Amino acid sequence: MDFLFQPWPWYVSGFLIALTMLILLLMGKRFGMSSNLRTFCAACGAGKASDFFKFNWRDDVWNLLIVVGAMLGGYFASHYLSQGDMPLISEATIASLQDLNISATNQYVPVELFSLESMTNIKTLAILIIGGILVGFGARYAGGCTSGHAISGLSNLQLPSLIAVVGFFIGGLIMVHLLYPLIF
Amino acid sequence: MKKLAFIIVGFCFGIIMYKSEAASWFRIYEMFRFESFHMYGIMGTALAFGVLFVHLIKRFHIKTFSGETITIAPKEKSITRYLVGGIIFGLGWALVGACPGPIFVLIGAGYLPVIIVFLAAVFGTFLYGLVREKLPH
Repeated sequence: MDFLFQPWPWYVSGFLIALTMLILLLMGKRFGMSSNLRTFCAACGAGKASDFFKFNWRDDVWNLLIVVGAMLGGYFASHYLSQGDMPLISEATIASLQDLNISATNQYVPVELFSLESMTNIKTLAILIIGGILVGFGARYAGGCTSGHAISGLSNLQLPSLIAVVGFFIGGLIMVHLLYPLIF
Repeated sequence: MKKLAFIIVGFCFGIIMYKSEAASWFRIYEMFRFESFHMYGIMGTALAFGVLFVHLIKRFHIKTFSGETITIAPKEKSITRYLVGGIIFGLGWALVGACPGPIFVLIGAGYLPVIIVFLAAVFGTFLYGLVREKLPH
């Protein structure tokens, strides 16, 4: 049973992600997490501001249930299936964290960005808010996120999804290599 | 009953995301620096099996549990929206180290500041809804 508590190997994780997509297809649904953000907007009455949110969001309640499950899964995995360890990232990556003033402590995500104490820091708050807005705006503009395009779309060999994934990487590389030195 | 099934699928997905470390900012940062095979291995394996599963569904006309035909609607043809939208998404993904799925997983894991990312992402989606008519697609 010890393997459950260790970080799962990439080939196990990758297979299980594909299996998740398959099960959703067999349930007559599609694997796509960012659609939930649009559903939230619609449920909050955003249909008054834009036709984009005028749809029967109750048809997408199944996806909100996936979200509820994902949160419970995150709670379960972090509390009962791990020691909250930092991922075993490469030495080179750890060394580069110093330049960003991000500590490689025993945490799943950096304390500088995701601890309650750091929420008093205006810059950290700005990073989380701007990052979130880019994720939400970009996902809808591109018509999907990592699950919808990189997994579902590419599995269906769709050219639009390949273009979107290329975009994801262009954006990610610009952020980490060009903008990080200016931000951190 | 069907509702419970969706919660269980989400529950498993949440555990997979957390335990694969795909929900960790550190792994996303490392991936964009090309300093580990881990994330590429996850996506490569998911894709290999994903392509296989979708192929088998089409080849053998596999139906849903309730007996309906599985059809995957093709995305509309365009380059601009996927490329520009993708780049905007990628900038955010690399900045907060979390895409929409892991955002929910991390909130569940107790990283409460991620709620700010979630609310901002909802706001970003709302912004898109407001200006989409003016954007090239």
